[in-house]
Amino acid sequence: MGKRIGMEIALAAAEAAALCRPDVIAAYPITPNTHIPEHLSDIVAEGRLDAEFICVESEHSAISACCGASGTGARTFTATSSQGLLYMQEVLPIVSAMRLPVIMAIGNRAISGPINIWNDHSDIMYQRDTGWVSLFAANGQETVDMVIQVFKIGEHRDVMLPVNINLDGFQLTHVVEPIIMPDQEEVDRFLPAYVPYAALHPDNIVSMGTLGMPEIYAEAQKSKNVALVNSKKVILEVWKEWEKQFGRKYEPIQSYRTEDADIALVTMGSMGETAEIAVDELRKQGVKAGLLKIKLWRPFPFDDLKKAVKGIRVLAVTDRAVSFGGPGGPVFSEIRSALYDVPKRPKIVNFIIGLGGRDIQVENFMDMVRRATKGKLSEPYEFYGVRG
Amino acid sequence: MLEIRWHGRGGQGAVTSVELLAISAIEQGKYAQGFPSFGPERRGAPVTAFNRVDDKQIKIRSGIYHPDVVVVLDESLVALVDVAEGLKPTGILIINTTKTLEQLKKDIRFVGKIATCDATGIAWKELGVPITNTTMLGALVKLTGIVKLASLDSPVQVRFGRIASKNLAAAKRAYEEVKIINEGSK
Repeated sequence: MGKRIGMEIALAAAEAAALCRPDVIAAYPITPNTHIPEHLSDIVAEGRLDAEFICVESEHSAISACCGASGTGARTFTATSSQGLLYMQEVLPIVSAMRLPVIMAIGNRAISGPINIWNDHSDIMYQRDTGWVSLFAANGQETVDMVIQVFKIGEHRDVMLPVNINLDGFQLTHVVEPIIMPDQEEVDRFLPAYVPYAALHPDNIVSMGTLGMPEIYAEAQKSKNVALVNSKKVILEVWKEWEKQFGRKYEPIQSYRTEDADIALVTMGSMGETAEIAVDELRKQGVKAGLLKIKLWRPFPFDDLKKAVKGIRVLAVTDRAVSFGGPGGPVFSEIRSALYDVPKRPKIVNFIIGLGGRDIQVENFMDMVRRATKGKLSEPYEFYGVRG
Repeated sequence: MLEIRWHGRGGQGAVTSVELLAISAIEQGKYAQGFPSFGPERRGAPVTAFNRVDDKQIKIRSGIYHPDVVVVLDESLVALVDVAEGLKPTGILIINTTKTLEQLKKDIRFVGKIATCDATGIAWKELGVPITNTTMLGALVKLTGIVKLASLDSPVQVRFGRIASKNLAAAKRAYEEVKIINEGSK
């Protein structure tokens, strides 16, 4: 049986990854994800996990090593943050195109410049279109659960795609909190051994990562998109299995007090639970507030969103990244686009918050709800609480 | 919910303190968070670290601005930073020092409850090094009752291995020796 423990979330993510018995781990340290590979290297060194830990010289090499290892049929894991993720970028779409289920934990961090090691979602938003399944954890428990779930999702024969799990840097990575850590027997029961569709082997020659001429490139891109869209069915199945075995429910969009809500906040990542407190406080004041917490970012859960916003008059979408010169934050753009065809769509406003580690408190969320209700926003999107 | 802010210098183990306290509380069945002041840390520079402890699930993830308890691991910080900033009037300020209230008043404007403990002296005797994090944990536990002193045993054992017993002895002495030098208004 799983055990309730107090552990730093980054270490817990590493423990969870180790429970999945990866064959190869390749990573290069960068704040704030460092404790994840560091702890995994300890676990391997202690002999608790029989895996190849490859100390590479850069993140580009880390993801390249994972790509190659996964091509041989090895279960692979890596982790990174910020500039490290950007340095991986040219390999990320290759991994998804080769349909290799590499698993990556991202300790989300702002992008330079100015140089900033604190948390926001800029790093993953640059990777939005690389063809990876992408999940966001709101706390330590979700981090641990998702790390285990995603091996099963990515390796599923109907998916065969890499997956990233996003956990907010510092806000999650560096926090010690209670976590129910599944045990090895439970994880073994949940997660079958990885059986690759094809594997590089000298006895059985296959080619991977070949040239795509104009006659086939578009089909390859379409096929990747179809695979990613179709992965949602498997994600939901795996979450159902998880709920059945572990009793913890996962949904693409988790609604909080939205049944009769007039206005709902939308969050992604670790600010969700702080926003719940704001919703509770607003309810005490008679404001019919609710909250939508997005857990599945790619494939984007369009249908779930349409269902979740029924009856809601105003959506206050928070973004922790900027689309410079664009229509608003990336989450906002997605949501507005998703609801364009809905006949009775809510009014949608956008607050760009928490950039580069800027703290957001309960009162800030309450203030956003009040202002969104009154329609007092000068622009379709606003850099919340920013000077100048 | 009890919110605690720890002041130390990089390398003095403030972050270890918050980890140990959080794990102790969680192992007792409570809910807790322990986290550093997010960002880079340099050896010797003033640092802060934080705890939240509650009997129910803790949802909030913003910073702590109005702690119930402040623990100061290094007395030189008292003249350097406003250690009582935001401390609730009903809160407790616990300082590692041998100074008297009169001597502290020069730097501290806090009029609430203040307690002191010669943690450096205890740490020299028990550990042979002036690292006061586990020592001050003992003082904190005595004044707040947030966890049982014995609940430190297991996490300290896991963290310190063969020098765990020395750390626990230091914590126990601070538990016994910490004294309230200002009661504050009731």
